[in-house]
Amino acid sequence: MSDVTETSDNTVAASNTSATDKPPVLEVVDLKKHFPVKKGIFQTTVGQVFAVDGVSFTINEGETLGLVGESGCGKSTVGRALMRLIEPTSGTIKLDGRDVTNLSKRELRPFRREMQIIFQDPFSSLDPRMTAGKIVGEPLSVHGIGDSRDERREMVAELFERVGLRKGQMDNFPHQFSGGQRQRIGIARALALNPKLIVGDEPVSALDVSIQAQVINLLLDLQAERQLSYLFISHNLAVVEHISHKIAVMYLGRIVEYASKEAIFRSPKHPYTKALLSAVPVPDPTLKRDKLVLQGDVPSPVNPPKGCHFHTRCPFAEDICRKDSPPLREITPGQLAACHFAEA
Amino acid sequence: MAIIDHEAELEKAGANVTGRFSSLMYFIRSYPLGAIGALIVLVFVLTAVFADFITAFDPTTTDSTASLAKPGGVHPLGADFMGRDMWSRIVYGARISLIVGIGSAALGSFFGVIIGLATGYIGGWFDLIMQRVIDIMQALPLLVMALLMAAALGPSLINTVIAISIPLIPQTARVIRANTLALREMPFIEASKAVGMSEWRIAVQHILPNTLAPLIVLGTAKLGSAILTEASLSFLGLGIPEPHPSWGRMLSESAAEYMRTAPWLVIFPGIAISLVVFGTNLLGDALRDILDPRQRA
Repeated sequence: MSDVTETSDNTVAASNTSATDKPPVLEVVDLKKHFPVKKGIFQTTVGQVFAVDGVSFTINEGETLGLVGESGCGKSTVGRALMRLIEPTSGTIKLDGRDVTNLSKRELRPFRREMQIIFQDPFSSLDPRMTAGKIVGEPLSVHGIGDSRDERREMVAELFERVGLRKGQMDNFPHQFSGGQRQRIGIARALALNPKLIVGDEPVSALDVSIQAQVINLLLDLQAERQLSYLFISHNLAVVEHISHKIAVMYLGRIVEYASKEAIFRSPKHPYTKALLSAVPVPDPTLKRDKLVLQGDVPSPVNPPKGCHFHTRCPFAEDICRKDSPPLREITPGQLAACHFAEA
Repeated sequence: MAIIDHEAELEKAGANVTGRFSSLMYFIRSYPLGAIGALIVLVFVLTAVFADFITAFDPTTTDSTASLAKPGGVHPLGADFMGRDMWSRIVYGARISLIVGIGSAALGSFFGVIIGLATGYIGGWFDLIMQRVIDIMQALPLLVMALLMAAALGPSLINTVIAISIPLIPQTARVIRANTLALREMPFIEASKAVGMSEWRIAVQHILPNTLAPLIVLGTAKLGSAILTEASLSFLGLGIPEPHPSWGRMLSESAAEYMRTAPWLVIFPGIAISLVVFGTNLLGDALRDILDPRQRA
């Protein structure tokens, strides 16, 4: 869907954020995931769902990229395509500078140690028939880390203590834990292989607000301690602001704005980002703000609008928006937005 | 005002379940029906195993003087037309029923699980074709299928087990497949994939244990129905051949002729069959609850 200019622009954007000599932990270039829509007894493909349509970003060591957007914008699909839980349609995924996009399952296995995922639902992400200790120890046994069962158990015990669970809880089953504790088990499992990158697919969305804070602080502590990089997928801007260094805003399968956290929150360039920010509740009833309220719903990704995906809801849309898809371009140094009218 | 007896409350909640005996008592208190089922099955198994020690007569030896003897005396459950001791025949019949029940339920479940897991997990064309094969298997009524198999293979103990197990395969396969389909989309399966676990290992270590509960219930129900099917097959003369004592054939031989004149020939095998089927079903229900870790405190 995206034209050549957009692709090349994104690549430029991707490379200029990695100023250091070290390759970024994760580099994604023009990632696409299209799901075929099948119909009838012969399962003929009648259309495509453009779930992810040309997404590029980089994550450096010890850095958190917050990926935000409405439900259905494809942000979870990005995370799962990165993990190769679903096969990307096209694009490149580079882990530590090495291309892992087209590796076979077997070839990919060593790279699994470098990136792990934490899921949204703390209930269905843990096997109900396994003890918590076995769940956390599973990555170790799959990768043959630790020589004996006892040694692995020792490692699991350390992980338990690191994420704030008691060693004595290792033999408990998932249903005996609370939601927050279960998410800690999920974090311990992700940490077991000592990865460089953790994809958090809305890891705190299913938790109570007080528990959210605890889990986020745990993630921040772990990051400081192990130089972890996070791709933090969320729809909660307040949470993303707290944890991220950079933020990418997604709309209907594309990144519409990509910049540092400060730039996004201080001066958003894309009208969609502005609308998102003005929807964030502020705990001050007297504060008057200029609100940008969007009309209508997100269009279907099966048949995305021509030109700028956002033009159907954009209050500033003009003719050019209906024809040409705006490339993601640098508006101010380090701040990219995909809007024809974005200005510094 | 109600007085709370803490000791009693704790005991009810199973707080003092420590030793083997107390956990047994806890089981009996929590699942009284399951305990009854377990007892029936235990008696049934013990009867089958120690048949030689609890019978005075050989189940196949005929004795014309005892023909149609009434229950009581040396023949506590009477004797049949050929003077064979009913008690011995029922006790040895338990052995046959046990072999047929466990054998065919295990065989049927084994292949059913393999087919169910494979079709559910692999999916695609393989699933489509296997499902149609299973449709065909299921379209034939269980008894007709078993009859066909028995007629084709000829009457013998092993062939009876095989014949009974084959109609059990599609049902197990269906249940396991449905479970597998639901399970393979669960995030914990994705988590294992993200770790790099092989598909085979995921199927065995994650999917299979999570289908255990329905499998146990199905298996025990099948145990009962296998015994029933064997009885039906033998009733029709296609099951266990003479002179092995089979409950089903004991029923069939006597039902028409002796129902009025010597009802014990019909009643006792009937009671034996009903009791065992009842027991396995009760036990199966309790096992499903116990094997689910969410049910454990």
